Amino acid sequence: MKQSITLNKITKFVGFGFLGTLKSIFTGNIEKEDFKNFLRKVIVPLASMLLFIGLWHMGAKTLFNIEAEYKIEKALTEQGQEAANAMEACIASGAIKCQPNTLPSPSQVWASFQTLLEDHLVIRADKAAFIEKTASLNAKRLSDGKNAITYTGRPSFVDQIFTSIKTVFAGFFLALLIAVPIGVVIGLSKTLRSSVNWLIQILKPVSPVVWLLLVFMIVKTLTKNSESDSAFIISFISVGLCSMWATLVNTAMGVSTVDKDYINVAKVLKLGTFQKIFKVILPSALPLIFTGLRITLSVSWMVLIAIELLAQSPGLGSFVWEEFQNGAIDSNSKIIVAMFIIGGIGFLLDRIMLTVQNMISFDKNDGI
Amino acid sequence: MAYLELNNIYKTYGKDGNATEVLSNINLSIEEGEFVAIVGFTGSGKTTLVNLINGLLQPTSGEVLFKGEPVVGTSHERGVIFQNYSLLPWLTVGQNIYMAVKEAFPKKNKAELNSIVADYVDMVSLSHAINKRPKELSGGMRQRVAVARALAMKPEMIIMDEPLGALDALTRGNLQDEILNIWGKDKRTALLITNDVDEGIYMADRIIPLRPGPNATLGPEFKIDIDRPRDKTEMNDNPHFKKTRNAIIEYLMDIGNERKSVSTTEYVLPELSPKDFVNRF
Repeated sequence: MKQSITLNKITKFVGFGFLGTLKSIFTGNIEKEDFKNFLRKVIVPLASMLLFIGLWHMGAKTLFNIEAEYKIEKALTEQGQEAANAMEACIASGAIKCQPNTLPSPSQVWASFQTLLEDHLVIRADKAAFIEKTASLNAKRLSDGKNAITYTGRPSFVDQIFTSIKTVFAGFFLALLIAVPIGVVIGLSKTLRSSVNWLIQILKPVSPVVWLLLVFMIVKTLTKNSESDSAFIISFISVGLCSMWATLVNTAMGVSTVDKDYINVAKVLKLGTFQKIFKVILPSALPLIFTGLRITLSVSWMVLIAIELLAQSPGLGSFVWEEFQNGAIDSNSKIIVAMFIIGGIGFLLDRIMLTVQNMISFDKNDGI
Repeated sequence: MAYLELNNIYKTYGKDGNATEVLSNINLSIEEGEFVAIVGFTGSGKTTLVNLINGLLQPTSGEVLFKGEPVVGTSHERGVIFQNYSLLPWLTVGQNIYMAVKEAFPKKNKAELNSIVADYVDMVSLSHAINKRPKELSGGMRQRVAVARALAMKPEMIIMDEPLGALDALTRGNLQDEILNIWGKDKRTALLITNDVDEGIYMADRIIPLRPGPNATLGPEFKIDIDRPRDKTEMNDNPHFKKTRNAIIEYLMDIGNERKSVSTTEYVLPELSPKDFVNRF
């Protein structure tokens, strides 16, 4: 029997059930219970968002005033009344040279966000023009056996987002490929488990920075004679190594604590070892494995920023660091933009994993 | 030689100081084609006994003989219906049964296996639910799937560990009839573990009470000489039924009373009265 899939079901599955309520508001068939739900799931979060932005705005304003007063005071004590008046006028006029450097307000952050997007469009156009300009030259170079000329201008903010996502997924799949098989193997054997347990316990709390340095030592030597992008390799391997522990531990635990009833079934049916592992143990451990993978993905996104920052790999992490070093008038607001983008993408990644998890999981108590 | 024989079975859990003897001196023999019920309280070691017979556990001492051969592990010849259904929740009804059938008949091809699955699903009248997962089924339906899974492997002996314990009375009655039907068709040997005396009398040829553990052991057996097919309503007026039922229940009650043995230690209570109860008024 085929199940009919409706929009409602999909949105609920992904965790956006309120979209269904939104639809029923527009189509007009709404019940009291639905309305209450709508209020709780849409209006209340929206209100709290507005409250948050308001508080932020007021906080930013207060900080701005403190900083401005300090500047004026300083001008007064160091240069006299005239300089203080000039400084006050300068701050009030909004001139760039004398703006206090503090927490940016929501509107400044929004403006920076738009600047970054415009910047992206400019760079994209620039890149397209470059590719067009060098097309014939590159064709000639390639036919001569030389390398093509590539665009080496600075990456835009959007490019950096995609680099970061690419790094996270590379790291995540590395973690998956290492942690799940090892987890299954050590979950199955008590002897192996106790023989590697100390190693896992020691390596698990190691900081991302140390992993990065370790990976750097090894990869630097290995990629000495190749032209591959070692910054990318270093950062994705470090991300994978930092984040795989949750999956490793969860997989081992899921495999070693399979319900005794299922094991009895496997024994009574006289399943072979492989059958037992693939038909009984792994499916029953799958929910725990996915919980581990979900943690792994969010950890890898979290450590990514720190690792990119240190590995000089182009991405959101280095964007944040460069902006901080840059110290331009809108650097602070650009950092806040990056913060929201990082948070938003992290949230989206978690939702994706939750959806996959819902798709494959079953309720443990429902079978027996 | 009996079909299934248990000789001086002892089963101990734990080691040395902490050891508890769950079963002691169990002797049982079941003839081919016989339907035997073992009745006992919860916690009396029934499941341990079942696991010894189906080969999931080994006795501490004594031997289990199946057709004259000692039981060392599980076998497809002895089908088990577990107390808690034990269906794999990630497989559909059909897949659960298919998995069992495939193991029992490795030489058959896919189409043959599928037709066996379809037959047995039909037998427990669940054809409409063959593609459903266990969580979409009611308790009774799940147990029917478990029955179908055990029987689809065509075992020579069916071992049932409180198969109907968790079901409501109505479903229970229906399933009892279904199991009896299937058993009657090709007269397999059956062992039913239950805590319901009426169920035992209705279904079995012989009832053996299990004295509660630790040190559980089998009590005297009661033969049920009521012609099959048995009718539940008529049975209530059958004098033999009444007599046997009362005898078994009395026996079990006696054991129950033994179990609740009163402590003989006398505790001397200190004389307590409120200190300034009198002075206060």
